[in-house]
Amino acid sequence: MIRLRVNGEEQAFDIDPQTPLLWALREQLRLTGTKFGCGIGQCGACTVHVNGVAMRSCMTPIAAVQGQQVTTIEGLAPNPDELHPLQQAWIEAQVPQCGYCQSGQLMSAASLLASNAKPSDAEINAAMAGNLCRCGMYGRIKKAIKNVAGVGYFDPAQGEV
Amino acid sequence: MGKWTRRAFVTAGVVAGGGLFVGVAVRTGHRTPELASLVADDDEILVNAWVKLDQDNVATVIVPHSEMGQGAQTALAQMLADEMDADWDLVQVQEAPATSEYANYALARGAVLGNADIPKILVPTIDGLMLQVTKALGLQITGGSLSIRTTGHYGMRVAGAAAREMLIEAAAAKWQVPAQEIETQASHLIHASSQRRAPYAEFASVAGQMMPPASPQLKDNSQFKIIGHDVQRFDIPSKVDGSAQFAMDVQVPGMVYATVRRSPVFGGEIAQLDDRAAKAVNGVIDVVTIPAAKKEDMFSGKQNIGEAVAVVAQGYWPAKQGLDALTVQWKNIGGEEADSDSIFAQFDRDLSARFERENDRLQGDVNLALERAERVVEAEYRVPYLAHACMEPINATAKVENGQCELWIGCQNPLGFRDSVAEALGFDPENVTVYNHFMGGGFGRKSNPDYAIQAALIAAMVERPVQLIWSREEDIRQDFYRPAVRSRFRAAIDAQGDVLSWENTYVDKHEPAEAPLIPYAVGAQDIGYVASPTHIPFGAWRSVDHTQHGFFTESFVDELAAAKGVDAYAFRAQLLQDKPRHLAVLNKAAKEAGWDRPLAQGRGRGIALQESFGTLVAEVVEVTVTAGEVKVDRIVAAVDPGFAVSPDGLKAQIESGIIYGLSAAMFGEISIEAGAVAQSNFHDYQILRMTDAPVIETHIITSGGPAGGAGEPGTPAVAPALANAVFNATGTRVRQLPLKNYDLKFRIEESDEVV
Repeated sequence: MIRLRVNGEEQAFDIDPQTPLLWALREQLRLTGTKFGCGIGQCGACTVHVNGVAMRSCMTPIAAVQGQQVTTIEGLAPNPDELHPLQQAWIEAQVPQCGYCQSGQLMSAASLLASNAKPSDAEINAAMAGNLCRCGMYGRIKKAIKNVAGVGYFDPAQGEV
Repeated sequence: MGKWTRRAFVTAGVVAGGGLFVGVAVRTGHRTPELASLVADDDEILVNAWVKLDQDNVATVIVPHSEMGQGAQTALAQMLADEMDADWDLVQVQEAPATSEYANYALARGAVLGNADIPKILVPTIDGLMLQVTKALGLQITGGSLSIRTTGHYGMRVAGAAAREMLIEAAAAKWQVPAQEIETQASHLIHASSQRRAPYAEFASVAGQMMPPASPQLKDNSQFKIIGHDVQRFDIPSKVDGSAQFAMDVQVPGMVYATVRRSPVFGGEIAQLDDRAAKAVNGVIDVVTIPAAKKEDMFSGKQNIGEAVAVVAQGYWPAKQGLDALTVQWKNIGGEEADSDSIFAQFDRDLSARFERENDRLQGDVNLALERAERVVEAEYRVPYLAHACMEPINATAKVENGQCELWIGCQNPLGFRDSVAEALGFDPENVTVYNHFMGGGFGRKSNPDYAIQAALIAAMVERPVQLIWSREEDIRQDFYRPAVRSRFRAAIDAQGDVLSWENTYVDKHEPAEAPLIPYAVGAQDIGYVASPTHIPFGAWRSVDHTQHGFFTESFVDELAAAKGVDAYAFRAQLLQDKPRHLAVLNKAAKEAGWDRPLAQGRGRGIALQESFGTLVAEVVEVTVTAGEVKVDRIVAAVDPGFAVSPDGLKAQIESGIIYGLSAAMFGEISIEAGAVAQSNFHDYQILRMTDAPVIETHIITSGGPAGGAGEPGTPAVAPALANAVFNATGTRVRQLPLKNYDLKFRIEESDEVV
């Protein structure tokens, strides 16, 4: 039996310890906001937090997070009546199109801002480079992150806006 | 509005609970129906209820188009709500169920009356049959950038306007006042002089029993309050908190999981299967095989769908472990000798042979132009196969029980999928129910029902509900690919550098038919194609043939400007003097990009123009080339869709189309080795990441022309604009995509021969 805390609640899993965390979350706990995209840590759709740090759940055996704190997109908001500031910014900038990658994008962005409240462009790129968006909403994602970080959205055509 | 009432008319009724529904009905048979008698009955009529009004004054707009991120459901609701004078805060949307009553009537109507182009590549997905008028009524397709252009203009707006007029009539009768004195605003009826004001809901039931207007009055563009304004998309809140339901998020009681491997060489079959190791994996339930499907039709030729083996297990992980433990020997039916080099060599041979060459356009005298030419410019281009690589891997959940099939899926053609699955199971279509979900990307891939059929067949074999999930590897290797194309050009140039003739031959004609045509004023043109079939399955890929031909024609125009020694933008503008809309987007893109601003050494700027799906797009790309590495800094797009229903939605689609096209131009390449796809996942089928994403500026021109599409038109111009920018920066002409294959570190002077 493997035990860990998911979104603040103690959970126990009686499965192959090599099972990636992704499938345990989706199939055992029905937390389907975390998405399967590639299975090899190349796309970031499966990003969750382990002890507050972004991790690719498709590559993380559940045994590796025994006793750890896991947060999924369902647990990102501080409470059921309030969104995380990034979720709010995502709506304001109308970021998602198909939306499939956005749980992972949000978890990566939240992890970034938790450790670096005012990231530079290069730091945002570095933190978000592991998250693919096939709808190509990178500009809007970056804008939403900057709106939360309060660093202003830099547009080379128009300067700081 | 044209003649839409000829075969279509507004219908209305009362829904359970006493609300009003208004739709647009279409009749297949009679050409000039007596509207009154037809509304009263009968089973010949397809009724499409587009809007329901309930007792809480909430208007539910029912849209027959799938949501794959393009925002069409919200935009369609805007169109209906505006004509209805609905309170936007009291509007919600619901996707229509996949039943023939919700066939995409407007799309069909467009085909019937000839004012909407249905890309023929979509047609094979409709019942697998030829497009006929009656058959066309069975459409429920999302593709071809058509939702707004057809359903929106011919269905949603009419239904909204009709609902409003009926509510006014109902109120006028009750209040005993002339109908023309009643105004509508924010889902309320208002009679100013008697100071009466009532919510729509109060009159919904009465209105539902009234005769709908045959030809409701639509607003002028200047009267729009919701259309043309930015609203928040309905689907976005659920996409930031993880609650949005994609097909893979479905949980059906008793459900097990499956994953598959199909013959890597397209069309192949299983010669020998050893599943002992797979069945020994803890959690594996069964191993089953799915027969090959050799589909043949007039538009897509032969689609080689090989035999597949599926592992069914208690979870995806054991199913995948089981699949990896299988030992399969494949028996190919041919094609295993093909690789990318042999395919492009075959294209070359067929281009030279010109066997049964057909023309897209033949005008003027090309031979005379060649005789008069001061010089002749020749070039040849090629683009590789491309996979769609939707973020959501292919999946479907099926339950087959007691002669009934239920299917939970995200797809671009729910009705077509229903029919295909019914055929595969030997069921009547009425016994197949499709629950369509948000798609995690579609881009054309999810118009092919192969995965729905797989899920249904596996569920039938193991006799329990099955969620089929493809690995990313299977998704990349079993796609219906954007075709690889080789295209050859020749132009005759006079002493002044003016273009006397334009000759172009390419391999394999697909859709849309106009994709290889040029808007430029060139007197003699000979544009045509030869067939050069391969065993690689192909399908519609965002903007379909416009991506290949946009790259070819806009690169060659650039080469002609360079041959003349003039500015690439000015050269195009001079050839567009009789095309004011084209010229306007070109000018706008150049102006906003600051075309004349000098650039530093190592930087370059390129421009391209492509009309597709009724929308004109010009794009300027700026690059910096450092030590051979190309960085795309900025892209400026000018877009004329006629009229933008949702300006921010249009911008989002153009941004998206640009990144999709840029990703392909820089990195996209599916190559063939020994008859199979060489790539397998995002490490070798590279997708553009945030680090490589340029700033994008989109400028909308509202020319008032007919409404154009949004989902696809952003894509075609970006590849040629990028290639032209690289030429501007380095002098290297990029004639083959993707750009990553070029070594720009050492500037190589290319001859007119392709490397």
